[in-house]
This record gives sequence, C-alpha cells and structure tokens, in this order.
Amino acid sequence: MLYAILCYHDEAVVGGWSKDEDDAVMAKLAVVHGKLAQQGRLGPVARLLPTTAATTLRKDEPPVVLDGPFAETKEQLLGFYVVEAENLDGALEIAQELGRANPGGAYEIRPIGVFHGAFQS
Amino acid sequence: MTDVAWIDAALTSARPQALGALLRYFRNLDTAEEAFQNACLRALKTWPQNGPPRDAAAWLIMVGRNVAIDDIRRGAKQQPLPEDDHAISDLDDAESELAERLDGSHYRDDILRLLFICCHPQLPATQQIALALRIVSGLTVKQIARAFLVSDAAMEQRITRAKTAVAKANVPFETPGAPERSERLAAVAAMLYLIFNEGYSASGDSIDLRSPLCEEAIRLGRLLLKLFPAEPEIMGLAALMLLQYARSAARFDANGALVLLDDQDRTLWNGKMIAEGLALIDKAMRHRRTGAYQIQAAIAALHARAAKPEDTDWAQIELLYGSLDILQPSPVITLNRSVAVSKVRGPEAALEMIAPLAAKLSNYFHFFGVQGAYLMQLGRNDEARESFNRAIALANTSAEADHIRMHLDRLQRDSKPNNAKAAK
Repeated sequence: MLYAILCYHDEAVVGGWSKDEDDAVMAKLAVVHGKLAQQGRLGPVARLLPTTAATTLRKDEPPVVLDGPFAETKEQLLGFYVVEAENLDGALEIAQELGRANPGGAYEIRPIGVFHGAFQS
Repeated sequence: MTDVAWIDAALTSARPQALGALLRYFRNLDTAEEAFQNACLRALKTWPQNGPPRDAAAWLIMVGRNVAIDDIRRGAKQQPLPEDDHAISDLDDAESELAERLDGSHYRDDILRLLFICCHPQLPATQQIALALRIVSGLTVKQIARAFLVSDAAMEQRITRAKTAVAKANVPFETPGAPERSERLAAVAAMLYLIFNEGYSASGDSIDLRSPLCEEAIRLGRLLLKLFPAEPEIMGLAALMLLQYARSAARFDANGALVLLDDQDRTLWNGKMIAEGLALIDKAMRHRRTGAYQIQAAIAALHARAAKPEDTDWAQIELLYGSLDILQPSPVITLNRSVAVSKVRGPEAALEMIAPLAAKLSNYFHFFGVQGAYLMQLGRNDEARESFNRAIALANTSAEADHIRMHLDRLQRDSKPNNAKAAK
C-alpha cells in the first residue's frame, strides 16, 4: 500500500523561521528522507509555497478562477497531482483540462518550492 | 518550542486582529491597547495550564473586552459604557460564536483600520512607521528606538505625539465602502513599503538592528495578502519586498561595505523567498492590472532569475522602467532606467538620458555616483572624479561614501603612468 503523508502546520510560524532555523529543520528531515530512500520506500516529496501563492479553480459550470487557497470545509482532500508548467497560466490550463474530465469540486493550484523524487510511470 | 515561546508567537500573530476588533469596540486606541495588554497577561497565566484556545484572537478579544469593561465599571462610573454592551454579559460559551462572526468580513476591515490610522496623512513618514510598529506589530518603544538609532526617550515622544494626532483625526468606524477600502489599502501598502525601506536602507553595523523592520514589513504584507487575496498590487508589494530582502545576505561584505548587484555572491541569495516572490508576481500578472509595485517586483524578478549578472535581461528591465516612468514620473526612476540603458546601449546613451536630471537631482547622492561611473567607463576620468567627489559630499551613510572612494582609488591607480593596465 502506498500512503500519502500530508503536512499541516501554522504557516505564519514556519514562514517566520530564520534561514538558519529552516536549514536546521530541513537537515534533520534529510536524514530521515535518506534512510527511507535507501530502503526504496520514499516517493516524491514536495514543500509547497505559502497559501498566499495559491490560486483556486472552482470546477463549477462555468469554472471560476479565484485568488487564494481552497477555503471551504464542505469538501475533502481526495487526491493531488504534481505537474510541470511554464507558469501559473500553464498550470491553470492543465487544471482546466482535468476539470473538464471531472467536473465538480475544486482544484487548488499551489507552486512547489522544494521537490525531491522522480516521476514514476 | 517551549510554552512561553509558543504563546509569544501566538500573541504576536493574533495581535492585529484582536487589537483591531477591540479598537472598533472601544473606539479609543489607549483603551483598546490596555484591554489587549490585559488579555495577554491572562493568556500567559491560563494558557500554559489549560492549553491554547482554538482561536487565539477570539479569546483575546473576548477577555480583553471583559476586563476593560470591568475596569470601566469599577473605576470612573461616569464614563459611559460602549453601546452594544449586551453582547458581553454571558460570554462563557460565546467563544465559538464570536470566532464564527470574526471569520466574516468584519475582522478584515478591523485590521485594515488599525493599519490605516497609523498612516494618517498629517503624520510624517517616520511617525507613521514608528506608530505602526508600536501599535500593529507590538514592538516595544526600546526595540523601535534601536531600529531607528535614536534614544528611547526620543522615540517615546515621537510615538506619543503621533498617537495624539491620531486621536484628534477622527477615523471613521463604519464599515468602509469599496472606494474607501481601496484608498485605505493603497495608503497602508505605501506605509508597509516605508517600513521595509527603513530596514532595507540600513548599512554596516546597523544592519542587524534594522533588518527586523524588513521582516516585519514582509509579515504584515503577507497578512494583507490573506485579507485581500485578489489585489494584484498587494501581491506586487509582497513580491517586491521578498525579492529584495532575499538578497540581503549578499549586499554587504565582511567589512560592512556595500556590494553592488553585479558583484554579489548569488549563492547567498535566499532561494525560498525568491520562489515565493516569483510565484506572487506570476499570480499578479494574470490580473492584467498593472501598478507600480508590480512593475518594481517584475524588475526585481528579472534580477532574481539571472544566475549570473551577464544573464540579466536588461532590455526587458529598461522597458519596465520605461512603464514605471510613465506611471509615476520621477527623476529617480529615470536615473535607474539609465543603468539599464548603459547595459543595453552603452554609457554614452545613459549619460545623455540623465543630463536633463542634473538640476532636479543636484542634492542626490546616487545621481553623482551613477554619473561618475558612466564617465569613468568612457575614460573621462577628470569629470568622473568631479562627480565622485560630489557624491561623497552627499553620501547618507559611511558605506555609501566608502563605496565611491573605492572608485576614486581605482581612478587614481589608472591615472598613474606605471599602473598595471598600462603595462599590459
């Protein structure tokens, strides 16, 4: 079974870390990542940019693009994609296409700050 | 994190919202501040035992209101109570309800108002900044005094004077209409950029003391962005501050001397901030509603994207400065534009561009520094020396003066008959 581990924290706190504090946390995590990777048990790892950098596509009819993160509590997180695009417009285009295949709900598009791991087919 | 450190962080991040709501309620800054202060004292007492509340800001607002109203009741009986007093009597299980209401649009205007009263047009810029840091950020007078390199007493006086002016200014407490809201937002954005620049223009020994101002401006910028997520100029402002501050570790050498952009060690730039800044400017551009912060951020983004100085897209930067000069005509912007022109079309063209600015910028350090650099590139060394000497006379910091002296020294070496260059 593959598991997704979703990371939650107060972004005001994490965003307030100095570079040294941030580097120290990342270094400690890298040790754990290294161990898991050696055992062949680590898939992609992503660190997202803050929610202020997020854009949300509501997959209504017609779809609506909103600035900011997904803020509703009615819907639940059911999955995610990691895609490559030139810029936000490109990422939104991909999301629109996915949305046409699967309308309803929403996609939050969030740039990724740090990414490790390869794509697997 | 220890209990106390966690509480401290929570109080700081809840402060604008809680204080903003208390101000709306009491309509008096001193009462609101005192109420917030008392609520914080209670938090320090009860949170370690009972654990943190779900919504720290709502807790502080409720407790702050109760304590202040008790004080008013106990003390000056003649002082009238706030009008919607009924909301206060049964508060035991009101926290969740209050939090619900705060989730609405109310607190957005509360925070905006709190920031807005600090940028009253009658207050000089330095007072606006000091007041915002004191009231919104909750820095102590001592901390602010240190950042401004003045005595505690002088800063205390400055803040008291600013508060008196604000109290007389009669800020409206009704929910603002859309045009008023966007006016407030623009004034607040300008003030945040002032705070940022106050920190960013520091140099040498004062850099460690003043860079917290940059961090505070960025924190408030992110807060503003959360409250107004669809405003491209706020995205631009946040991006601009992040992209500039990302370079801070590379801007001064070990001796505190200024390092120009071209000479900076780009590996010292903060990649995390650059990524965030680039994402924000990307997001802002989608709105196709240009503005001064967005253009400046776009310029900073082009610098940030260049791994080496020679990769910089100067032609694009010149175009952006051109748009900025149309949007906000200013000789300083033309001067900056000339730097891009010198890279694209050479120092001769750049000199021609700044010639008409001489009268307007006759007291501006950077004008003579830049002019001297172009003249030096053209080999007009005597004229260059003259410009550099005028720049030194106008320098605002010793780092600026030292930087120009470095050019003068180079001219000195170059003009000696047996210098290294001539020997080649």
